[in-house]
Amino acid sequence: MSTLAFIARRLLGAIPTLAVIVALSFLLTRLAPGGPFDEEQALPPEIRANLEAAYGLDQPIAVQFGRYVAGLLRGDFGPSFKFRDFTVTELIASGLPVSLVIGAGALLLALALGIPAGICAALARGGFTDRVVMTLAVAGISVPVFVVAPLLALVLGIWLHWLPVAGWAPGRWSDVVLPVVTLALPVIAYLARLTRGSLLETLRAPWIRAARARGLPRRVVLLRHALPAALLPVISFLGPAAAAVLAGSLVVETIFGLPGMGRHLVQGALNRDYTLVMGMVIVYAVLMIVLNLLADLAYAWLDPRIRRERRA
Amino acid sequence: MSAGLWRDAVRQLRADRLALACLAILVLLVLLAVAGPWLLDYREDEIDWDNMAVAPFSVDGHWLGTDRLGRDLLVRTLFGLRVSLAIALAATLVSLVIGVSWGAMAGYLRGRSDALMMRFVDVLYSLPQVFFVIILTVVFGRGPLTLLLAIGAFGWLTMARIVRGQALSLREREFVEAAVVGGAGTLRIVGRHIVPNLLGPVIVYATLTVPQVILVESFLSFLGIGIQEPLASLGNLIADGAAEMETAPWILAVPAGCLVLLVFCFNFLGDSLRDALDPRDR
Repeated sequence: MSTLAFIARRLLGAIPTLAVIVALSFLLTRLAPGGPFDEEQALPPEIRANLEAAYGLDQPIAVQFGRYVAGLLRGDFGPSFKFRDFTVTELIASGLPVSLVIGAGALLLALALGIPAGICAALARGGFTDRVVMTLAVAGISVPVFVVAPLLALVLGIWLHWLPVAGWAPGRWSDVVLPVVTLALPVIAYLARLTRGSLLETLRAPWIRAARARGLPRRVVLLRHALPAALLPVISFLGPAAAAVLAGSLVVETIFGLPGMGRHLVQGALNRDYTLVMGMVIVYAVLMIVLNLLADLAYAWLDPRIRRERRA
Repeated sequence: MSAGLWRDAVRQLRADRLALACLAILVLLVLLAVAGPWLLDYREDEIDWDNMAVAPFSVDGHWLGTDRLGRDLLVRTLFGLRVSLAIALAATLVSLVIGVSWGAMAGYLRGRSDALMMRFVDVLYSLPQVFFVIILTVVFGRGPLTLLLAIGAFGWLTMARIVRGQALSLREREFVEAAVVGGAGTLRIVGRHIVPNLLGPVIVYATLTVPQVILVESFLSFLGIGIQEPLASLGNLIADGAAEMETAPWILAVPAGCLVLLVFCFNFLGDSLRDALDPRDR
């Protein structure tokens, strides 16, 4: 099976998942006791009826759902109930680039630091480097993003004045540093632990001993034989890692005042802005599906067993 | 067989000093969360007009200082710990009950029912969970009850998978065959013969679920979507502290330290329990 066919099959497989996500989030928001126009003061019934007619909320649920899905297929996520002058599509379009820059930056940084740290720890097994790296990793896993973020802002931003604490100006890269580092830290910790464990297990395998017995240099054994196999579990962790980064971005964008999707989602949730929350959740779900697909592709590319299976 | 496994596990845990220390800290934290707010001089929502945002150990009576509104930080943190722990334990219990019964039934029934039940789990698993918990809190309001049901509604998936795997192999054992021959019904076999033999992995995974739930709950409360003022949880206490950290960093440090200690101890204990109860590593 060619790579293209593999991608196509995986994308087709994602359609039911996406359908469940859309249907579930739509039904849940319509199940809600109370509507989006419940204010402190009850609206006069005529105005309420007008508002509901304007947003199509007076139609039967099936019709509303049909309209929503038809809109989605055209890339129209409907109007925001609370940001009256914006459509959800506009809010997504403005927030997505910010979130993508931060999320991608955090994932790349985590890969660039986490895997080498894990390799160093595994090679120094039981030694000083190993202890230091693993202690830091356990700490990194136990300290949640919403504790790390204010601490980093306090130390690096307020006390040391190295970096801006909040804000987002196009092209000002110093704004990106704190959010990206904050998001990356727990992922670095996980990756380091995972890489270390997996590499240690691989190095015990008989075929590694065979490679050493053939007289291959340590470097070659490590880089050409052990590492590709040891990285497989790391690759399959990329899906969950992406999910963690996406969830963390809600906190990071709120704390550092970034105009990304996460902050829109939090605002939407606080305002009970149903269409906004649904739209954001659907976009996040699509992002996760795409990232999982990329991780699977990388996995297939690294694992000779899967490669051979597909060629056969 | 079971008694031997448990005796071995207890012996191995006894030798693990760090795990024991974690267990002791957890017991202490739970006791403090339950009894602490009654033992101290202040109530969690009581305002001390003369001592607002005072630092730890600077004023008698307020051991860990007060927050911006003059509420005792130690009392509030213990109170928030109580709320966070209660939600975490309840949500873990919810996911335990659903996950164990779902997984044990699927594993025992096998075949088409198994495939159908686990396919359902797969679909839920592929949803972005945190985001659906957010939708649920948006829809049903932001109370503690919504929070624990929403978290519990997604927390059972991994448990169901683990339990199913175990149940698949348990159902082939002689004592299950004996029960079938003896005329026991499906529910009785699953309830009396399968589930009790699953306790090891279930306990391990439950221990690892609690810190995850605590993190999700405080994550949402931090964002303002979870527990609301005047009720406290570790999450919204940390949010309060983050807003004041420039001038009064201890308002952040106290609840944050408490949360990190709690999560670390649960994670460490869970890992040690897994090592102790998993006979493969011996």
